[in-house]
Amino acid sequence: MRMKRTLMAGLAALALAAGAAHAQTTLRIGLAEDPDALDPTFARTFVGRIVFAGLCDKLFDIDKDLKIVPQLATGYEWSDGGKVLTIKLRPNVLFHDGEKMDAEAVRFSLDRHLNSPRSGRRAEISVIKTIEVVDPLTVKLTLSTAFAPLIAQFTDRAGMMVSPKAATAAGDQFAQKPVCAGPFKFVERVAQDRIVLEKFPQYWNAANVHFDRVIYRPISDSSVRLANLKAGALDMIERMLATDVPASKKDAKLVVVPVKELGYQGITFNLGNGEKAKAPIGADPRVREAFELAIDRNVINQVVYNGEYTPTVQAVPPSSPYHNKNLKVPGRDVAKAKALLAAAGQKNPVVNLTVPNSPDLRQVAEILQSMTKEAGFDLRINVMEFASSLNAAERGDFEAYILAWSGRPDPDGNLYVFITKNGPQNYGKYFNADVDKMMDEQRAVADMTQRQALLGKIMETTHKDLPILYLWHRTNFMAHTTKLTGFQPVPDAMIRLQGMKLAAN
Amino acid sequence: MLAFLARRLAQVLPTLAVVSVIVFSLQLLLPGDPALVLAGEDRDPKVLAEIRERYGLDQPVHVQYARWVWGVLHGDLGESMRVGVPVGELVMSKLPVTLQLGSMAFVIACAIGIPAGVLSAVKKDSVWDYLANALSLWGLSTPNFWLGIMLILLVSVQLGWLPPSGYVSPFEDWRQSLATTIMPAFVLGNSIAAVLMRHTRAAMLQALNQDYVRTARAKGLTEAVVVNKHALRNALVPVVTLGALELGALFSGAVLTEQVFTIPGFGKLVVDAVFNRDYLVVQGVVLVTATAYVMLNLLADVAYFLINPRLRQE
Repeated sequence: MRMKRTLMAGLAALALAAGAAHAQTTLRIGLAEDPDALDPTFARTFVGRIVFAGLCDKLFDIDKDLKIVPQLATGYEWSDGGKVLTIKLRPNVLFHDGEKMDAEAVRFSLDRHLNSPRSGRRAEISVIKTIEVVDPLTVKLTLSTAFAPLIAQFTDRAGMMVSPKAATAAGDQFAQKPVCAGPFKFVERVAQDRIVLEKFPQYWNAANVHFDRVIYRPISDSSVRLANLKAGALDMIERMLATDVPASKKDAKLVVVPVKELGYQGITFNLGNGEKAKAPIGADPRVREAFELAIDRNVINQVVYNGEYTPTVQAVPPSSPYHNKNLKVPGRDVAKAKALLAAAGQKNPVVNLTVPNSPDLRQVAEILQSMTKEAGFDLRINVMEFASSLNAAERGDFEAYILAWSGRPDPDGNLYVFITKNGPQNYGKYFNADVDKMMDEQRAVADMTQRQALLGKIMETTHKDLPILYLWHRTNFMAHTTKLTGFQPVPDAMIRLQGMKLAAN
Repeated sequence: MLAFLARRLAQVLPTLAVVSVIVFSLQLLLPGDPALVLAGEDRDPKVLAEIRERYGLDQPVHVQYARWVWGVLHGDLGESMRVGVPVGELVMSKLPVTLQLGSMAFVIACAIGIPAGVLSAVKKDSVWDYLANALSLWGLSTPNFWLGIMLILLVSVQLGWLPPSGYVSPFEDWRQSLATTIMPAFVLGNSIAAVLMRHTRAAMLQALNQDYVRTARAKGLTEAVVVNKHALRNALVPVVTLGALELGALFSGAVLTEQVFTIPGFGKLVVDAVFNRDYLVVQGVVLVTATAYVMLNLLADVAYFLINPRLRQE
């Protein structure tokens, strides 16, 4: 008994010691992965963008309705038929090292994005031909061709500005000590353990920042991440499993925030990439249509994702003003699917489906298998580790491939690279000259209504051709404790720290 | 002595060369192109080509190997492709964490396993024996990751006694350090405690049947003295050898335990690096571990040589 008491006392002392270290205005966020390099020019991961939301402000931002709002810039103007973009900058903005965030710094940062070898940003803004400093608060960009989605690119890493002085001094090592103009400045990073930021008092919007510190902790196991939140070791987590949602919603100490993503999950078909394109599903659009009619997206969504995803037939999510409302998810129609297969002379076509190895996608594939079987399909599931499946897709070694895209605020980012002839991610080598022409046209149009019409038509065409069978827009589940208030979900699933508050312990 | 050392060292060098080839080949066996993983979601072909060029992935395999070995011989393990930090720096910062966790786990394993083994041998066929056997069976058959998650849910989430994850260095705050490592160390030590218990029990049973124990009892010594002074001391010899062997198991077990408790140690470093195809980190970690094993073997041989005179005459 005495031993038990000693043990209890010891554990209690440890718990007290543990509690004391956290008693300050520190926001602790659990991430699903450890981010890659913390340098906006080279960073490539989704999770890295979450940290950048606290560290690096962008020229523009998006709000919950995907509208472009000013951040480091105060406004912009198109001229010369959409070939010249003039950006006005916010005055009196400082970088974390005290340097001025002015037109010269913007020129430096954009130049760095464009000309650094291995830059992850170059492709996003390669249309910029010259960058001109008009005055300390005005930058003029001349483009090689009119490109309306450019502003949207500046709402992500391409729009993040870095201190020229710090970036020049650090060279290759800038990611070890990034210096930006965001609400928090970099303190330290212990790989795989934590990234610590502290409040930047001279931030232009400092009145809206209510923490002294932010600690990002990568915890890859989603159950452990959730357990940390429940135990009070974290204040907020990202990417919860859909299956954990019902129980967490019932927990009075937690708030679950669903954020509908900007991207989609779909099945890419091989229509023209090598020998595998000759399979019935790639060769005949009727077989693809039959495949679509044989499946029921709603049922799969209910079974695998608790009905939390949004079934779709297009690349652009409902949150976007470019979402085509006329495109409806078709109901399941096995008889019609059978008729289409008969017309195509393929009563029992074999379809090899490549599935990246994750429990939910395996389950999705199995349901697809049994649903399409009723229409006559012989769906064979080929589960593959993700990196290998991408390699196979590049080589054209696939017939059908379940692939997701995290999405971009501008619809161009969800379409161009996937469905145009030379798009780097057009793995199935789909080609429709009309689609290519319209895709180029919409890039040059600044008027929203005109773009909506063009993009609407593009998505109607691709729904007929079915190079990609769009399945659903996923939902990112964030969760935080009830002590945390003011979190504003935006479809890009970033954690914007401005305006968030943490009640005292 | 010098000749012996020279001979053994001469054997170590080719072993290390073979190890380096195996370690390097391992990354070639990993499916998936590292450049493709590193390029992230956008996968721009131009960027892919630049990444391949930067890390020499566009070179023939033998050139890649030669470059890497040349670097290693000059003390340069390369840099992490994902975070851009030198691999040597990463390894050196993670090693102490795993050493701390491993040592604590080992102490816990000995503290549970050896007394339980002695108890069950001394009280053979009693309730204590059955209980200890049942516990050891449980310890052997409970996976680390499952026990880890269950403990987090019970001790951290339900009872709120200990932090569920993370790590603090003992030099920074020893109490916090203990709080963050005690649970993972227990999980890690648990299965080894079971192995130690089984072996201690067997060795003790054998020792208790020896003539000298009967003699000790005949002399009228108390049972405590017979068990502790005569039987246990002799029974511990094979247990100590086994314990040393189990240290290896401890480090492989750390891979899973560190994942569950998010301890930024050696195990987590290598698992994350494998998933991110950060192959220079994988190579660096495996090479350092393998070299450590080879060197420990060498030291053990030297120790045998010093302890056992018969070896010296050969």
